[in-house]
Amino acid sequence: MAEARVGQLSATEWDGAASPYAVSHKKLGMWLFILSDTLTFSALLIAYSYLRIASDNWPTPFHLWPSLVMAIVMTVLLLSSSLTMVMGVAASKRGDTKRAVRYILLTMLGGTGFIILHLNEWRGLINEGVRLWHNPWGTALFGSTFFTLTGLHMAHVASGVVYLGAVAAGFARGRFTDDDVEISGLYWHFVDLVWMFIFPLVYLLSLGAR
Amino acid sequence: MSTEIANMHGEAGSRLYVWVWIYLLALTALEVGLAYVHVFSTTAMLVVLMVLSIVKAGLIVAYFMHMRSEKMTFVLSLMPSVVLVVSLLFAFFPDSFRLFELRVQ
Repeated sequence: MAEARVGQLSATEWDGAASPYAVSHKKLGMWLFILSDTLTFSALLIAYSYLRIASDNWPTPFHLWPSLVMAIVMTVLLLSSSLTMVMGVAASKRGDTKRAVRYILLTMLGGTGFIILHLNEWRGLINEGVRLWHNPWGTALFGSTFFTLTGLHMAHVASGVVYLGAVAAGFARGRFTDDDVEISGLYWHFVDLVWMFIFPLVYLLSLGAR
Repeated sequence: MSTEIANMHGEAGSRLYVWVWIYLLALTALEVGLAYVHVFSTTAMLVVLMVLSIVKAGLIVAYFMHMRSEKMTFVLSLMPSVVLVVSLLFAFFPDSFRLFELRVQ
């Protein structure tokens, strides 16, 4: 398989064959970006966990309704948008431009829904008096870590929606290829993946007593 | 393009993606259930949730991000390094317990 892809060069991939990774430079670039972003989010999540363990008055303001239910809906929205994205990528690989664009639009819809619900939650918390530097319940670090972590993630979702919109428009007009669609998909799945860690660490472990 | 990748873009691929999505939703439901009924201590809970989340992340990377059908050289160039560096980020973590135990109770 490797031999056929490398073509006339007989060198194996470990000897630096023509295309050792068999991916385009754009895809490699996106993966490298995702790795560096993984480290950014890991650092924030670990800092959050560290501060939380080292504080004895960490507030647990989340209850089943509305916080947990909303967070579950947001998780389902992101997971479903990942499904529509991967369907869009598959459609683009088959050359079905119309369906691919429709799936990408659905993905953007899921992302937008996520942002709306999340902003609504932020509004609720801000109305209750949570700020970056203080909150009514306990250590001020709760607000700092919560808004930093979820804010950075929401910024990723928002830029993802814009990115997908640009890719969908370009793909519909033939300016972008199915490879570009797949690469934008990688970014979108990564944003979904990060939420898979924020959701248990920030929400599920902050459930207040029933 | 290998036949496996080609298959993933057809009918069989779509079914596979839907199954992965169902698994992800089921794992999420399991997490929520465990957190809501408080069956474990907080530490045990943290461990269980992290293991489940890593499984979910693995499913996303392998199937949605197509890591499963990439060449092994590519996978080996990307994955071990990021796992190592994230593990190194935990180097200072034991200090958080120390700080907690040092404070006036």
